[in-house]
Amino acid sequence: MRFEARDLVVRYPGSRGPALDGVELDVASGTLYAVLGPNGSGKSTLMRTLMGIVRPERGEMLVGGRPVAAWDRRELARNIGAVPQVESIPFPISVRALVAMGRFPHLGPLRAEGPEDHAAVNDALARCDVEHLVSRNVQTLSGGELQRVRIARALAQRPRALVLDEPTASLDIRHEMAILGLLRRAVDEGTTVLLITHHLDLAARFADRILLMDCGKAVAEGVPAEVYTEPVLEQVYRWPLSVRTDESTGSPRVIPRDADPSERPLEPPLEAH
Amino acid sequence: MTRRLRIGALALTPIAAGMAGIFVGSVQVPPADLLAALFGGGSALASTIVELRVPRVLLAALVGGGLALAGATFQALLRNPLAEPYILGISGGAATGAVAVLALGLTTLGSWALPLAAFAGALLAILLVFGVAASADRRLDVRVLLLAGVVVGAFFSAAIAMILALAEARTVRSAVLWMMGSVAGASWSDVGVAAAYTLPAALILLGLARPLNLLSVGEESAAYLGADVESVKRTAYVVASLVTAAGVAVAGVIGFVGLVIPHALRLVVGSDHRVLLPLSLLVGATFLVLADLGARTLLGSTEIPIGVVTAFVGVPVFLVLLRRSMT
Repeated sequence: MRFEARDLVVRYPGSRGPALDGVELDVASGTLYAVLGPNGSGKSTLMRTLMGIVRPERGEMLVGGRPVAAWDRRELARNIGAVPQVESIPFPISVRALVAMGRFPHLGPLRAEGPEDHAAVNDALARCDVEHLVSRNVQTLSGGELQRVRIARALAQRPRALVLDEPTASLDIRHEMAILGLLRRAVDEGTTVLLITHHLDLAARFADRILLMDCGKAVAEGVPAEVYTEPVLEQVYRWPLSVRTDESTGSPRVIPRDADPSERPLEPPLEAH
Repeated sequence: MTRRLRIGALALTPIAAGMAGIFVGSVQVPPADLLAALFGGGSALASTIVELRVPRVLLAALVGGGLALAGATFQALLRNPLAEPYILGISGGAATGAVAVLALGLTTLGSWALPLAAFAGALLAILLVFGVAASADRRLDVRVLLLAGVVVGAFFSAAIAMILALAEARTVRSAVLWMMGSVAGASWSDVGVAAAYTLPAALILLGLARPLNLLSVGEESAAYLGADVESVKRTAYVVASLVTAAGVAVAGVIGFVGLVIPHALRLVVGSDHRVLLPLSLLVGATFLVLADLGARTLLGSTEIPIGVVTAFVGVPVFLVLLRRSMT
C-alpha cells in the first residue's frame, strides 16, 4: 500500500502559520518509513491528513493511488491500522474488548463476530505479547502495556499498512525492541509501516527510509545515512549533535553534546512557532 | 453468578415489576379478580383498577426505559460516566414550557396544552444547544455541546424562577409538583406518545451500539477504526434528546433514572453498548414501575412525587455500587 503526498498544505482554523507547508511524501509499498522531527513539526498532522480526518487546504494525499477523501471510512480501516499518540478511555473496558474493536470495519451493523474475527484478535494479542492481560480493565494497565494493547488492536484490523504515532514512547527497552522487531517482521511480510518517532537511533536501525520534518516542511528525505548529517540534524533540533556509525549495528547513531553557548548560538529558540 | 445469567435475570425484571405494578396498590383487590379483569371479565371494581393501573404501569415503563436509554447514550456521546439525560438543558426547556402554561392558566384549553408546551420547550433547548455546538462544516464538538447545554439549562432555570416569582401560590405548587414528575392519571394517549418516541429510538440507538463502543476510545481512534464519527454523534444526540423530551412532556422531570440505571449497569455488566443499551431500557422500565408503586403505596392513599422515590432509592443503591466498584 503506497502513500503519496503532493505539495500538501494544511492549516488549522485560528492558527497563524500552516501546520504542513508544501510537504511531499512517497512511501513505497512494503517499506518501513520513519517520520522524525521536533515537537510541533507537523508529524501528527501528516498522520491525520493521511487518515483523512484533516482535509488539506492545498495539494493531495493519495492512499493506494486514490485520494484519501475518496475512501470509505470502513474500507480505509480495513486497509490501514492507525494508532494515535494519546487516547483517554473514560469507561472500564477489558483488553480483549479493546482489541476486538479492531474488527469493527470487517463487521456489519448486526453481524456477530465469527471464527475469523476471533482468530484475528487472538493472533494480534499473541504478537504483541498481551495474551495474559485479556480480562484486565484497560484503565489499570501500565503505559507500556496499554501501548502494546493498542498496537494489537491495529493488528486485529488485519490491515495492509500500519500508521503509528510514537508507539514506543513509554516502553522499556525490551518492549520497545519487541515492538520494532514486530513492525519489521510485518514489513518483511509485505505490510507498509509509517512510524512517527523521536527515537533517532532506533529509526536509523529499523527504517528503510526517513523523512525529517521541521516547522511543517520536509527538510530531508532518504535512507538513514543520507538524512543523518550533523548540520541538518543540528539545524532541525537546535542542539549540538554528533553523528557516529555504531560498530555493532552498522547504522548511524546520534549523540547529543552538552550545550555550549560559545560554540553555536541556539537560534531560532526552541518554541519556534 | 455468571455474566450471562446476570444479564438474563436483569432482562426479565420488567415482567415481575409490571405484575407487581398491576396487582399491588392502596386498594386491595383479590389477584384472581384482577387477572380476570385483565382479560375482560372480573368485578366492576377490578376492571376500574386495571383501567387505571395498566396505562400507568406502561407509561412508567416507557418513560423509565427511555430515560435510562437516553442517559446511557449521553454518557457514551459525552464520554462522561456521570452524564444524564437532563445535562443538556432539555428538562429546563420543557419545564419552562410547562410552567408558562400553568402560570398563564392555559391548562383550561385541554389536557394536551401542558405536555405540548413542555415538548416545545424541550425542542427549543435541543435546537439552541445543537445550533451552538455544530460548527460551519456540521461537526459536533462534544465539549462545546456540554458547555452549551449547561448554560442553556441555566438560562431556562432563570426563566422558571422568574415565572414562579410572578405567579400565584397555587400555580407555584402545581409547577413544583410537575417538576418532580408523576405518572399518575396516565392516559392511553400518553402511553402512545411515549411508545412512539421510545421504541423507534431504542431500535436506532441499538444499531449504533458498536460505533458508540468505539467512541469511548476517543473520536480520533473511532474514526481510524472505521466509524463515521460525526453521523454517529449527530444521530445519538438527536434521538436521545427526543426520547428525553417525550418522557418529560408526558411525565415531568423525573430525576436519577437516567443517571443511576446506566451507571449501575456499567458496574454490573460492563460498558459494551450492545448489552448496556437494551438492559438500560429494560431495567430503567423496571426501576420506574417499582418507584411508581412505592409512590402510590408507601404513604397509604397520599401520593409521594415519583422523583422523590427515585432519588430516595436510587441514591443509596448508587452509593453502594460506587463503593463496591472501588474495592
